[in-house]
Amino acid sequence: MVPRSLWDKMVAHCLDGLPLEACGLLAGQGEQVCEAYPATNAARSARVYTVEPRDLLIADRAAEAAGLSLIGAWHSHTHSPAYPSPTDVVQAPDPDWHYVIVSLSDLEPVVRSYRVVAGAVQEEPVVLPAWLPECLQW
Amino acid sequence: MVTREVGFIPSHVSQWGDAVPVEVRLPNILRPVASGEACVKAEGTTVRDVFDDLVRRYPGLRPSLLTPEGEMHRHLNVFVNDDDVRYLGKLEAKVGEADTLTLMPAVAGG
Repeated sequence: MVPRSLWDKMVAHCLDGLPLEACGLLAGQGEQVCEAYPATNAARSARVYTVEPRDLLIADRAAEAAGLSLIGAWHSHTHSPAYPSPTDVVQAPDPDWHYVIVSLSDLEPVVRSYRVVAGAVQEEPVVLPAWLPECLQW
Repeated sequence: MVTREVGFIPSHVSQWGDAVPVEVRLPNILRPVASGEACVKAEGTTVRDVFDDLVRRYPGLRPSLLTPEGEMHRHLNVFVNDDDVRYLGKLEAKVGEADTLTLMPAVAGG
């Protein structure tokens, strides 16, 4: 589940990153995304991305301080569909993570989410509920 | 000049000084091979020493930490406190007592 505000935040960051790929990290609890941390694409490329390592560290610490865990990442595909590329599959760092891809190849951004486990890609629904309980913080 | 005789030096102690204890924070994906622990202790005076000690304690960590040639895995981010060791000499980066090493797999794709 993704709050609408965070969906908007991810898409906006991807649009701001054009013509390069943009990326960021997702924090939450279980299947609920509670925060999205925009990151710098250290690769500075329209075809590949690497989350700037320091942004990764900062996001991990921010998530922990909020009682959350990093549960995924998002990035944009500037000219291709919202589906994991072979590079995405090979470099997926954690089989428990959610991988959100924002395609900007059409007029309207397309957002899809996937799990990547042992090289196998499985799409999962992106739920934008009208209402979400407050994420627990302690 | 002060000199000190040394006899047997344990392999985890640098000949240039005594190993110091550091905390090592592990990402989720590496915890299963470290008895499920999120934080483990290790000793060394450099990141290489710490890695060597980690591998001694948890041999299953080796493929994720080091290449077959013994270099730092390029898909691994290593921080000593707030500093990326890429800018501190990578495996030769010094560690001090009570330092925290944070290991995080690279997040990348295309």
